[in-house]
Amino acid sequence: MNRVVITGLGVISAAGHNAADFWNQVSNGQSAIGPITTIPTDALNVGIGAEVAGFDPVEYFPKRQLGMLDRFSQFGLVAAREAVCDSGVNFDDEAGERAAAIIGSGAGGQTTLDDSYYAIYAEKKTRVHPFTVPRLMINAATSHITMEHGVTGPAYSVASACSSANHAMGQAFLMVRGGMVDTAITGGAEATITVGTVKAWEALRVMASDTCRPFSKGRTGMVLGEGAAVFVFETLAKAKARNAKIYAEVIGHGLSSDAMDITLPDANGAARAISGALKDAGINPEDVDYVNAHGTGTTANDVTETKALKQVFGDYAFKISVSSTKSMIGHALGGAGALELAAVVLGMRDGLAPPTANYCEPDPECDLDYIPNKPREMAINVAISNSFAFGGLNAVLALRRFDG
Amino acid sequence: MASVESDIFDIIAEKAGVEREEIVSDASLEDLEIESLDIVEIVFAIEEKFDVHVPFNANDQALAFETVSDVVGAVQALVEEAGGSVE
Repeated sequence: MNRVVITGLGVISAAGHNAADFWNQVSNGQSAIGPITTIPTDALNVGIGAEVAGFDPVEYFPKRQLGMLDRFSQFGLVAAREAVCDSGVNFDDEAGERAAAIIGSGAGGQTTLDDSYYAIYAEKKTRVHPFTVPRLMINAATSHITMEHGVTGPAYSVASACSSANHAMGQAFLMVRGGMVDTAITGGAEATITVGTVKAWEALRVMASDTCRPFSKGRTGMVLGEGAAVFVFETLAKAKARNAKIYAEVIGHGLSSDAMDITLPDANGAARAISGALKDAGINPEDVDYVNAHGTGTTANDVTETKALKQVFGDYAFKISVSSTKSMIGHALGGAGALELAAVVLGMRDGLAPPTANYCEPDPECDLDYIPNKPREMAINVAISNSFAFGGLNAVLALRRFDG
Repeated sequence: MASVESDIFDIIAEKAGVEREEIVSDASLEDLEIESLDIVEIVFAIEEKFDVHVPFNANDQALAFETVSDVVGAVQALVEEAGGSVE
């Protein structure tokens, strides 16, 4: 089996439109959550989000191409472009055939859907944009990435709500490890801050009224985010052969299904995914230094995730540094796992664990070390990144720092 | 007052699958085995019925309902606030 390493990454999020800006903000514990400004808010009760503000697609794409691109595809393309450039990899000739593109997205082209329905139902228009279908399909981001970079091997999208990105990156990891491809462009992209989707989230009564404070007493729920993070995964042999910069090694992937409830999480299911990732990586619980938690800021998730971590790690759970970067970049749903993996990878590189921002005081039911508010300088040799989706579908990735 | 209360009892019985007779003012939602997702649906039905916005958040203890009368009281206050008539 091949060893799999990360040689490039790209990010676009509320905390910045490239990986450097993202990490500068997230590693300093600065929350990018604020008033929603990209959509009309008069019909909304929830007024806050973590938006990719100030993003002008015309700076990235020719106008003719933009007609085909929903906002989530734009995010995916921008992040993939940065990742591929960062890695220095090329997909010429056979390299393109030996490469995969697997991008997670929970909901695909929601801005396109929202605009189209508004045109029909509210504006009483009799037609919608001719490219409505190719824009809104969930695989659009993946397909555009293959076209821009000449990836001609396996390519598809993965949709498992909030676990989409972790499931996608897990698939890419397995493909590279198993030798089906040498390289994969993988991650997640999401853009669901539309009037229709925010109303739908409001209806579930799980949205925070003030901000996102995962694991903290006084938390009032989740905050919607958006954006994308994309990585280049490749075999260690190939990366070495071309003298590529190596950020980290992907060492394990664990998956499970709760088979319990469509919205409520289950600690046993989460624990099975976490322990599955450790087993797959061939590591012991005590090897893990840092956990990037799913940490949505809802009552249910944070208590359940804490229980799951204790179930897997026992007393050692209290010694692990755990944080939720959703406190700063919101919950980007199908893009979340990828944005969070970016925080893990860059944290490993810099020996710096990002904090859980907006943390007020301990909740008796969430009693682990959540790195409250201030980043922590620490060597991160092994980390895991958790995603637990609505529908009870869980996916965890394990990473190790690469020392050559 | 009876009308709002009676309508809310009907809604709770239907949405939570509880016998109408079991619902009394001081019954706790927990004892009636009404879970948080049931409450989300109940609140939605109440909002539709009375045309009010109930500021309920499943994560916020300060906005939590413990008993049937908590729900009735909150809705009556909202209906009055909205200028509606409460019999």
